[in-house]
Amino acid sequence: MTKNRAVLTGEHFLSGDLACAEGALAAGCRFFAGYPITPATEIAERMALRLPEVGGIYIQMEDELASMAAIIGASYAGLKSMTATSGPGFSLMQENIGLAAMTEAPCVVVNVMRGGPSTGQPTKPGQQDVMQAKWGSHGDYEIIALSPNSVQEAFNLTIEAFNLSEAYRVPVFLLMDESVAHMWEKVVIPRAEDIKLVNRKKPSVPPGEYAPFRPEGDDLVPPMACFGEGYHFHATGLTHDELGNPKTDSPETQFNLVSRLCEKIRRNVDKITKTEKVMLDDAEVAVIAYGVVSRSALSAVKKAREKGIKAGLLRLITLWPFPERHIAEFADRAKRIVVPELNYGQIVREVERVAKNASIKFLPKLGEDLHTPSEILKALEEIE
Amino acid sequence: MVQHENIFHPMEVFLRKSRIPHIWCSGCGNGIILHSFTEAVKELEMDLDKIVVVSGIGCIGRVAGYVNMDSFHTTHGRAIAFATGVKLANPELTVVVISGDGDLFAIGGNHFIHAARRNIDIKVICANNFNYGMTGGQQGPTTPLEAYTTTSPYGNIEHPFNLVHLAAASGATYVARWTTIHVRRLTASIQKMLQKRGFGFIEVISPCPEIYGRRNKMRTGLEMMNWLKKVSTIKNFSDPAKAEVSREKIVIGEFVDTEKPTFETILYETIRWVQEKAEQGE
Repeated sequence: MTKNRAVLTGEHFLSGDLACAEGALAAGCRFFAGYPITPATEIAERMALRLPEVGGIYIQMEDELASMAAIIGASYAGLKSMTATSGPGFSLMQENIGLAAMTEAPCVVVNVMRGGPSTGQPTKPGQQDVMQAKWGSHGDYEIIALSPNSVQEAFNLTIEAFNLSEAYRVPVFLLMDESVAHMWEKVVIPRAEDIKLVNRKKPSVPPGEYAPFRPEGDDLVPPMACFGEGYHFHATGLTHDELGNPKTDSPETQFNLVSRLCEKIRRNVDKITKTEKVMLDDAEVAVIAYGVVSRSALSAVKKAREKGIKAGLLRLITLWPFPERHIAEFADRAKRIVVPELNYGQIVREVERVAKNASIKFLPKLGEDLHTPSEILKALEEIE
Repeated sequence: MVQHENIFHPMEVFLRKSRIPHIWCSGCGNGIILHSFTEAVKELEMDLDKIVVVSGIGCIGRVAGYVNMDSFHTTHGRAIAFATGVKLANPELTVVVISGDGDLFAIGGNHFIHAARRNIDIKVICANNFNYGMTGGQQGPTTPLEAYTTTSPYGNIEHPFNLVHLAAASGATYVARWTTIHVRRLTASIQKMLQKRGFGFIEVISPCPEIYGRRNKMRTGLEMMNWLKKVSTIKNFSDPAKAEVSREKIVIGEFVDTEKPTFETILYETIRWVQEKAEQGE
């Protein structure tokens, strides 16, 4: 019997980058286009090695503009596709991230975040691209962004990223900080049959009746035909109607299209968003953290409890759409919310927006160091 | 009595009738290029289900919306990069990029040279109208030296690209240049390119009287077509480096028709080899 080479069932010792590549293969990714960049290069290297083994395509493009364009093309030709990059490349990809959002191309973009702006700190961890992930391309649109805090989760969330991109026909970002990407940990890869995979909805009507951008069902997501299937459909980055025809001078078409692109995510926010809640039920002080920072935060919360402080942790797994409800649930009774981030203030702005009445303490961190548990603990203790 | 139901356009099966009339100005060469392309597809009796037309931004970029085939209108300059993903994901498809000189050679120049270098099986048809027509006639990478445009009001001070030389030097295995007055040769050339595997490139010098011509003493499509007729010289398989495009002379013809393994052939052979090796190891 031929082994399932895409799903390496068993226990492995991997880095976050490698686990992400294995997660992609397990999710059914069969096309990767990329451009080398620290600290994401290992994902491309692993995909170059592994994709041919499973009959998939690896291509090294001439730049990140091309990488992003190529994965949209491959997605429209029927393959689950991915690229991986870091800040400077993510900036270049914004152009075609907008195209993917506008033409509803399922695809996954991994951004291993380093320090910015510009070339910044190629080898150091950062969480400075969180707002760029949401707002990076021009115009109004919604995307989904996930943030792993362990190597195992880099594997799991890459699969989740593909599933969400297929379900909602939207680009999904895995925002991994450099620390998680280069951290080595044990990863358990399940059996292929135990991994739940989602595939894009296909048209149920014959070619003559197919409207490529007409949603079917309550989720506002249109079924997706692919090139070569006989549908002779047209897709464009211009404002278009349900048939895919450009209608750039119609306010109604623009409103219907843009509102649907946003609402298909906003209306499903509770289905999409995930957080991890630790000792939050009776918490009077809470930390909201994501990525590698949440590991120090967890340690700080445990130490605070040992000292008799009613502390809790809300770990954001989904960053976009922002898990507002998860925060609102405890915001009113929390005396203080501590938000440590590897940036100069990004997710904290969202927390301030949702938890309007809470006392919020922001802990920025730039450079190389990570937040220590005692730094976060100190902020928790200040409440007493 | 005229039987109206019997009147049809010979190309209508290849076009999205709901999208006609097109946006192009009178005297524009884009319609001729579209006709030549559909004529070539018709002559070859190609399966319309297996053709994908990809375009970028600009006047000719709208062509993707007019063909009754799978089609995608990408961002500015990225048609070839998008097409690369399409071709590799489904190598059974004939992938044709139809776009303009500014789209393919200014903002998209990097993608063109790399796709040609790889010899990926993508067919590129470039409408060269010497300027950015859709934005109102600005100077671009093919605008002749000294020509007047809205952003070269004192005459263009930049040297233009020789596109067939660039394509040949980058590794394209089929390279030709025609004008919109050489319709039958253009159609035959597109047919030849569609039948051949590898990266193919056809430049079509195309009149833009409304935006470019009127600033350069050629106010009508007819004047521009007469000019193309007067200055064009066919020199098949001459040195593309010497194939000039100037006000006085345009060298046209086929310049390159060679064989070289295509990117996807090598890629899929590699994948097969890796898979066999993996199976043996199990």
